[in-house]
Amino acid sequence: MGKNLVGNHIRRLRFNHDEMTQQQLADKVGVTRQTIVALEKGNYSPSLELAFRIAHAFDLPLEEVFFYGDNT
Amino acid sequence: MTYQEKKSIVSLISAILIFGMYSLYMYPQYPKGGVESIETFRYWGSFVLILTLVSIIAHIIISIMFNIVFRITTNEKEPKFADELDKLIELKAFRNSFFLFIIGFLLAMGSLIIYQPLHVMFIILILSGFISDVTGSVTKLYHYRRGV
Repeated sequence: MGKNLVGNHIRRLRFNHDEMTQQQLADKVGVTRQTIVALEKGNYSPSLELAFRIAHAFDLPLEEVFFYGDNT
Repeated sequence: MTYQEKKSIVSLISAILIFGMYSLYMYPQYPKGGVESIETFRYWGSFVLILTLVSIIAHIIISIMFNIVFRITTNEKEPKFADELDKLIELKAFRNSFFLFIIGFLLAMGSLIIYQPLHVMFIILILSGFISDVTGSVTKLYHYRRGV
């Protein structure tokens, strides 16, 4: 299974938000911890709705949490 | 390893064990009489029905036991709901599982066309049910580990 083209900064943002745990973020956005793990590993591209919920959880615009393609 | 991955593995192992043990239990009870007697039809009918019932009950019991062991060993609670990733993986698992069962069903019907004995049709049908169950668990495990 190839890596998804939609990347994210979720891991870094969690640490910048008082070292928020995966479970805390999962509870905040209404998914399971497994989904946060898959997102951080780049194994899953979230739905638009979930992407917005995650961005809202960090109080950031969508494009500061997610990016398309290579962001290096 | 996350809850879903462990659950897929447990589901896979339990499906193999249940089917294996049940088949070993039922094999010696195959009727001795005529190949296509009423008793033979009764045997295959009860094989499928009892296997379905036993599988459902065993899966429920194993699932409860797994949740208890998971809570004790990890101090984590199992997820109470299925989110979008779970639903997507469930759909993919169901698709693969259904596809294989249909292939098996068609092969079973094909065996009748080429004048194979009746028990060949039943064996193909039952095996395709088992393989489709295993495929569902393997698909879930694959997608939970490697992504969607």
